[in-house]
Amino acid sequence: MSLLEIKNLTVEFETSSGLFRAVDGVSLSCDKGEILSIVGESGSGKSVSMLAVMGLLPWTAKITADRMAFDGKDLLKMSPRQRRKIIGKDIAMIFQEPMSSLNPCFTVGYQLGETLRFHMGLGRAARRQRSIELLRLVGIPAPEDRLSNYPHQMSGGMSQRVMIAMALACNPKLLIADEPTTALDVTIQAQILDLLVRLQKEHGMALVLITHDMGVVAETAERVQVQYAGQKVEEQPVKELFRDPHHPYTAALLSSLPERATVGGRLPSIPGVVPGQHDRPTGCLFSPRCTFATDLCRRSVTLQPPSLGSALCNYPLVGGVPQNHPGKTAALAEERA
Amino acid sequence: MLRFILGRLAVLIPTFVGVSIIAFSFIRLLPGDPVMLMSGERVMSPERHAELMHQLGLDRPLYIQYFDYLGGLVTGDFGSSIVTKRPVLVDFMQLFPATLELSLCAIILAICLGIPAGVLAAVKRGSWLDQTVMGAALVGYSMPIFWWGLLLIIFFSGYLGWTPVSGRISLMYFFPPVTGFMLIDSLLSGQAGAFKSALTYLILPTIVLATIPLAVIARQTRSAMLEVLGEDYVRTARSKGLSPFRIVGIHALRNAMIPVITTIGLQVGVLLAGAILTETIFSWPGIGKWMVDSVFKRDYAVVQGGLMLIAGIIMLVNLVVDLTYGLVNPRIRH
Amino acid sequence: MTAIESKPAEAVVKAKATTHPSALSEFWFYFSRNKGAVIGLVIFLVILVVAVFAPFVAPHSPSQQNRELLLLPPAFQQGGNWSFVLGTDAVGRDILSRLIYGARFSLFIGLVVVTLSVISGVLIGLVAGYFRGKVDTVIMRVMDIILAFPSLLLALVLVAVLGPGLLNAMIAISLVNQPHFVRLTRASVMTERTKEYVIGSQVAGAGTLRLMFKTILPNCLAPLIVQATLAFSAAILDAAALGFLGMGAQPPTPEWGTMLAEAREFIQRAWWVVTFPGLAILITVLAINLMGDGLRDALDPKLKRS
Repeated sequence: MSLLEIKNLTVEFETSSGLFRAVDGVSLSCDKGEILSIVGESGSGKSVSMLAVMGLLPWTAKITADRMAFDGKDLLKMSPRQRRKIIGKDIAMIFQEPMSSLNPCFTVGYQLGETLRFHMGLGRAARRQRSIELLRLVGIPAPEDRLSNYPHQMSGGMSQRVMIAMALACNPKLLIADEPTTALDVTIQAQILDLLVRLQKEHGMALVLITHDMGVVAETAERVQVQYAGQKVEEQPVKELFRDPHHPYTAALLSSLPERATVGGRLPSIPGVVPGQHDRPTGCLFSPRCTFATDLCRRSVTLQPPSLGSALCNYPLVGGVPQNHPGKTAALAEERA
Repeated sequence: MLRFILGRLAVLIPTFVGVSIIAFSFIRLLPGDPVMLMSGERVMSPERHAELMHQLGLDRPLYIQYFDYLGGLVTGDFGSSIVTKRPVLVDFMQLFPATLELSLCAIILAICLGIPAGVLAAVKRGSWLDQTVMGAALVGYSMPIFWWGLLLIIFFSGYLGWTPVSGRISLMYFFPPVTGFMLIDSLLSGQAGAFKSALTYLILPTIVLATIPLAVIARQTRSAMLEVLGEDYVRTARSKGLSPFRIVGIHALRNAMIPVITTIGLQVGVLLAGAILTETIFSWPGIGKWMVDSVFKRDYAVVQGGLMLIAGIIMLVNLVVDLTYGLVNPRIRH
Repeated sequence: MTAIESKPAEAVVKAKATTHPSALSEFWFYFSRNKGAVIGLVIFLVILVVAVFAPFVAPHSPSQQNRELLLLPPAFQQGGNWSFVLGTDAVGRDILSRLIYGARFSLFIGLVVVTLSVISGVLIGLVAGYFRGKVDTVIMRVMDIILAFPSLLLALVLVAVLGPGLLNAMIAISLVNQPHFVRLTRASVMTERTKEYVIGSQVAGAGTLRLMFKTILPNCLAPLIVQATLAFSAAILDAAALGFLGMGAQPPTPEWGTMLAEAREFIQRAWWVVTFPGLAILITVLAINLMGDGLRDALDPKLKRS
């Protein structure tokens, strides 16, 4: 049984100009001790689905799902009070902006200790001891001194380490990391990723890593789920995904990686932007930006079997060639050959 | 922190000098002869005029007169009343507790109602509660308080007969002032019913004086809370599974208080301006009524001294507010 | 549900069809979303019309004394008379007519005070924010000094110096209001001063005056307009307070604050002489403040998004 199980999750926001669907029928599962990565451009609804799991969405959000369960417990049927017993203890989350995610008015020690007191009922001395232990675990030098620091006295990398320490405080079974390295310097990015993977291995917890960076995915994840405009478009183990992407969007994302570019050539990019509230197409949401789109794609889209990465595409790619495409299958296959 | 305090003081000194220049030149700006104005005598012979001029030091160069005045201020000499001949400072010290008691009660009332109202409105944003609270705050903010006071008198004193119309305590009670605060003195006196009497006299002026600060604090708290509730660290607090009460009351409120404290500090001037009207309506024997009476009695020495003392108090309170600000906001403290 | 969804879609189509919505229509779109602001605007316009056409609207002359009808209660109360809808005051003048004429004074005071304090405040603030340095320090110290006094006390003392009366009250109120405009202008000029478009204009050879008034000032207007609305209502309140204290407009001027001062002694006998002038002040000030809130929402780009 998977640790986190989501079936057909939809999140809609009430806005001044009507409903906006940020997450559209996304299913997801994450096993114990697994690293799942959710990839997509900004606006693809990857953060929103995880915020829905945490119950952190504002009241304007309307959440519907066939099932949303953690560790066998149905999160949808829980009272807010029961849910708060799990949030922050068994499921923890870290965010993109470490500098603004810590409360500027309270010391590091206070903010760490708060979780420990609330979920573990630790006394003052025990809290202090555990806080120091946690700070040491995330690689902060001289943790005793850091406890009395305020967030504005720390760098971004240091703040993110504190955030990770806070998330780990109660030994969570699942850690959700929402773009944990995006706001940090490149050198710090690698350190934080290594730290996350190391802690995940040591504690045997599951890790959901939300990112837009395929490089990060390649280094850390075991399984990858690609999201586009609120929909899951593909899901594969990381090696297979990089070797043979089935959805044209995934393929385009991969080919825009600098590492994959041909020397001297132009780095390919995907034309256009993720559709917003007002320019949402019918049929396949990626069709306006897809090189293989046909009239059929503009009308409807089919979900492929897991053997084809559950790709949400009428003409899934195999070896870079779209299957059953009216014009291009034969031509491209010939070209490849 | 010490440097912060010293920096504030450094700004305060030129302001103090400027205020003293305004207070000093006020008498000289008045139309008419300063000697006649200061002595309060209407008809006088040229000899008497010259004598008074010398006595008041008005025959010396202006800058010497100013330095004399400044020297007087530093040693606590704020001049003497033309009418009663009593030193301004003595009168001020006697009357100030009444204004202080009223202002403190008003600001406490405004804070105790305004902050929770603003927080509730922000948390229940867009609800009928929010709209009611903000509507009431806008009415309070637009209120001509001298009229508001009269209305309350018509209703509570005239129609219901619950509260007295003017003064600080019923004439039945008499005891020497100890602290100058009627609520405390009445308790100290041990006379039965004295405290209750003082309270009934205090309640309407307090409501009237608190109206505008209450509205301003509620509005400011709401907008500060709305801003803070959208911050990342509030999301972090929620991701810890903390109770909504703890998230709003501790994580958000502590941050929202930073601008609200500035607002509360700015209300001191509003309170003292309001005290002028409130004290006039309720015949409250404080410095507001004293100033108005002195303006009407053309007791310009008192007006001059009072201006200086009131400005001094406002500057002092602003300094205290700045320091509190430093205490609340760790980014300034360090 | 479908009905609700189709509406915004139409609006979007319309916005696309018309090429550039003018700044004014965009402003009105945001302003009219705030219901309170529109109500405030309507009330304000009504008061304005009534004030302008006071001689035609008012049933009686504001100074006509009806000796036989002293302290007549409002028409809806027993003993009232429909030709004096809101009753009469202690010397038999029609309260409604006096209130209608009083609106002229209040709006006039507001207008004069705002004009005076905006012009002087913006000029001084512009100089302080543009030139910085010693000029700025001196100006800001002077403003600190003015702000160190409670505004009403300073106005009261100024009027005592200048002599009681409406004109002097307006001058005094302008003076105590003006530091707010100086501070606000200075703050926004300082943020605009270092922006690329100003530097660009400077590099292109624009002179100091052109930079100050044509380049920078128009971009600082939004907060100034909001502050001007608030100052308008504050001026009406302050003038009424001065009138109430006997230092503003002098009797028998039908100024609302002065009317209240005259009515004070009848507070226990005739509630209407006290209630209606104050109500007139409250409604006018409330209407202007409602408009001010709407203006702030419509002009503040930070709040527009939410």
